[in-house]
Amino acid sequence: MGGEVAQWQEDLYRVLKAGRIGQVAYVPDAGHAHLIRRVQADPDIRDIVLTTEEEGVALAAGAWLGGQRAVLLMQSSGVGNCVNMFSLLRSCRFPFVALVTMRGEYAEFNPWQGPMGRGSQEAMELMGIAVHRVSEPGAVAEVVSAALDAAFLAGDRVAVLLSQSLLGRKKWERK
Amino acid sequence: MSAKATVERRAFVARLMGGIPDALVVTGLGSPAYDVFAAGDRDASFYLWGAMGGAAPMGLGLALAQPGKPVVVITGDGEMLMGMGSLATIGAQRPVNLTIVVLDNGHYGETGMQPSHTSLGTSLVTVAKGCGIEDAFPVDRLEGADDVARRVNARDGTAFAVVTIAAEEPPRALPARDGVYLKNRFRAKLGLPPF
Repeated sequence: MGGEVAQWQEDLYRVLKAGRIGQVAYVPDAGHAHLIRRVQADPDIRDIVLTTEEEGVALAAGAWLGGQRAVLLMQSSGVGNCVNMFSLLRSCRFPFVALVTMRGEYAEFNPWQGPMGRGSQEAMELMGIAVHRVSEPGAVAEVVSAALDAAFLAGDRVAVLLSQSLLGRKKWERK
Repeated sequence: MSAKATVERRAFVARLMGGIPDALVVTGLGSPAYDVFAAGDRDASFYLWGAMGGAAPMGLGLALAQPGKPVVVITGDGEMLMGMGSLATIGAQRPVNLTIVVLDNGHYGETGMQPSHTSLGTSLVTVAKGCGIEDAFPVDRLEGADDVARRVNARDGTAFAVVTIAAEEPPRALPARDGVYLKNRFRAKLGLPPF
């Protein structure tokens, strides 16, 4: 990990700042590592590490009840952990934004990532969440910004899938 | 467990709610929602009708968003067990204005009174302490509601109360089930617009 940070990863932080996000909840993923570090260093954003992604769905709803905007970061394997909790969003029409880093779709080494990665988009759509996918680094900021508008201005539920190709190949050798 | 003194749930919740007029309240689904509603409906009470396991993390998000107000989660043992990982998440944040009250009858009351894990070996007080919530304590008397209310109003640390209640089923008292309505009236109470 470490090394150089891609511009789109810094863009994510900039867009969340501009969107006045007050809480960022996450189960960590390498693709979100830079954003998590930036959020942790920002006194105006509370970072909340979760034991499972569904906590973040309920937490985001609670934040909104109290007038604060929250975003949930996860990898695609976490989508399945959330399915029943997503019903909270639709039952109450809570605004919701998830940024999902994809696994199981590009130069994937671990076959166990395949099934949930392949089902992530459909699982979210089945639960009433609009899904946008980004595969071009230059489009990340615009699409995430659009998702924040849809959620917090129109009350919608949106997930942005960040393609595994954005992250490149995972290095499996440890030095 | 059966040797412990037990508290009547409706009386306990009514006494607690009476002592926390300014609290923002989130309930778990089922009987705790009915108990809170029976104590008197409030705009700042949000009743879950589903999302099992979500009451505590929802209370966490609310407590972080509203640090100047006391936030109380009132839920049951089954609902808390499903969201037990959220105690670790809360233990990592420890907002001073969050109190969780578990009404523990050791059973899944809504589905036919099957014994839950708290009848079969799990101590939620021990779990909470193990998650870093040091102010976790059992309550086995009605008067304990006053002590819980005092902690809620003091907003001086995350607190976790497990109230040993009798496995009884008082008459149903059903709050509104329209989630959008519950959300918008709650937000309006805080001066926030709908959505």
